[in-house]
Amino acid sequence: MRRKICVPGAFRKPFERTYARRAGNVSVSAWYCRNKQAAQKAGFFLLFCCILATLLFLGSIVYFVFAGGSKVLTWGFLTQWPRNAMTEGGIFPALLGTFYLTLGAVTVALPLGLACAVYLCEYTPGSLALNAIRIGINNLAGVPSVVFGLFGLAVFVKFFGFGVSVLSGSLTLGILILPGIISASQEALMAVPNSLREASFALGATRWQTIKKIVIPQALPGILTGVILSIGRAAGETAPILFTAAAFYTRRYPQSPFSEVMALPYHIYALMTEGTHPRQQTVIAYGSALVLLILVLLISGTAVFIRQRQRSIYG
Amino acid sequence: MKSSISKESVYASVFGILAFACLFFLAGITLVLFKEGLPLFSKVSLWDFLSGTAWYPTHEDPEFGILSLLAGSLWVTAGAMLVCLPLGIGSALYINEIAGNTQKAVLKPLVELLAGIPSIVFGFFGMVVVAPFLQRLLHIPTGLCAFTASLILGIMAVPTVCSLSEDALSYVPASYREASLALGATRWETLIKVVLPAAGSGISTAAILGVSRVMGETMTVLMVSGGAAIIPYSFFQPVRPLTSTIAAEMGEAAVGTTHYQALFAIAVVLFTLTFIFNIAAEILSRRYRLKLGLQR
Repeated sequence: MRRKICVPGAFRKPFERTYARRAGNVSVSAWYCRNKQAAQKAGFFLLFCCILATLLFLGSIVYFVFAGGSKVLTWGFLTQWPRNAMTEGGIFPALLGTFYLTLGAVTVALPLGLACAVYLCEYTPGSLALNAIRIGINNLAGVPSVVFGLFGLAVFVKFFGFGVSVLSGSLTLGILILPGIISASQEALMAVPNSLREASFALGATRWQTIKKIVIPQALPGILTGVILSIGRAAGETAPILFTAAAFYTRRYPQSPFSEVMALPYHIYALMTEGTHPRQQTVIAYGSALVLLILVLLISGTAVFIRQRQRSIYG
Repeated sequence: MKSSISKESVYASVFGILAFACLFFLAGITLVLFKEGLPLFSKVSLWDFLSGTAWYPTHEDPEFGILSLLAGSLWVTAGAMLVCLPLGIGSALYINEIAGNTQKAVLKPLVELLAGIPSIVFGFFGMVVVAPFLQRLLHIPTGLCAFTASLILGIMAVPTVCSLSEDALSYVPASYREASLALGATRWETLIKVVLPAAGSGISTAAILGVSRVMGETMTVLMVSGGAAIIPYSFFQPVRPLTSTIAAEMGEAAVGTTHYQALFAIAVVLFTLTFIFNIAAEILSRRYRLKLGLQR
């Protein structure tokens, strides 16, 4: 007897094969069943090994950075200036620089990105242009960060004449995280059920009132997750600030948006590749890497926490 | 009533203007890259640029052939994929299909968290820990080579590939699994013969985006790949991928020189490559969603 199997065409073959095989005599079928169980065990074990290896590898990075960095990580390390040609002292100016650059980047990218997402989703929903723009934005999210650095160099540093400065770096980082903010906000806005909008319109609210009071509050956790993840990304990126903002050493705090600045990720790179005392510099680099790692993990941890809570409420 | 309508149109136009400013910026990147990079081809032919193996930008008689850099990128990317595809997809399958709810609630955020580790930390780790270790273990002349770069980049891309494949797997309707189990298939058979084929194009999207990410990674390869502009014949030779060439040399290249233009031309090549990858991923993921009967 041949039963009709309701699976989509593409998957029908494997089913039929299995079905035909299992129609054989009983002993073959018993052997086959045992074999199946063994295959399942082996397969599950293999997958378990995959995730174990992943976590071990990534965990070992975190472990080594913690082990090497915790020796130098003191309060003074965070609040002092570097001394003796970068072999002693702290990383305070680099921390400050990273803070300025990240703040600048978010100030640039957040209003622009959010407005762009709101316009595309709420004012011109479902248009053909929307799809093209979405693809374009996704594309830019995948463009290598060093390419953004080149753009910043050509446009902000040279063309507008901002020089190697906090301003150029912030703008470059801002544009780098813009696609991410737009697409995260778009996802969040599109996830708001249309019935909510319709209910609001039916009560006589205007489009702007609906956006302000219904749509954005609903989408806020999603938007926030995207924005916070972007902040983490901006804080950790090195390539875009390589030629637009960063200096290995500055004598003073940045005086204005037009002065160059030390930054934590670049500091690690410079300690490893420049300077004259590689051994002592490596120790400082360990400390800097630990601080950066903690900073970024805290930031993305917040985002992941918000997302997880959201999942457990709606998922 | 009148005033609220005019207020509405003000808001609409403000959002419109900001949105177009945004898009203008993003389109500007493409334009600037091409504007700064294309003048190179009046001095060096496109064919020489792509197929030349000699990259001597600062010589008296400079040569701008990026084949060895391109080869470096491809070697490193290929090696990284060998590491990250099995681990990433395997982890995604584990999280989505095998892990219970508690495990899932821990593992999924953990992977997302690890995706946030900055690339400079990976580069630092590779330089300080992995490269010396591999040098001693394998008795190779230098630990800073394509192999180390592949390994580190591969591990770095695992969380990305894992999260994206996990998304793809979660779109597979439960009815597919139920149908398969009801037919007497084991969970493993269901996984291999039903879920994996159904999520196939979604997973390939993840893989393509992983490739695109690895290829564009800069700081890690700059620090651990060794930096020799030669066509590698083994995994244990130092290489110089496209991205690290830009990062290493842009500091020295004066604006408007041929070298400057050549570096922008490399950026155009990178841009084009990632563009192709992303479009491919987009097409695949669209087809995938249609196949599973999802709208977006």
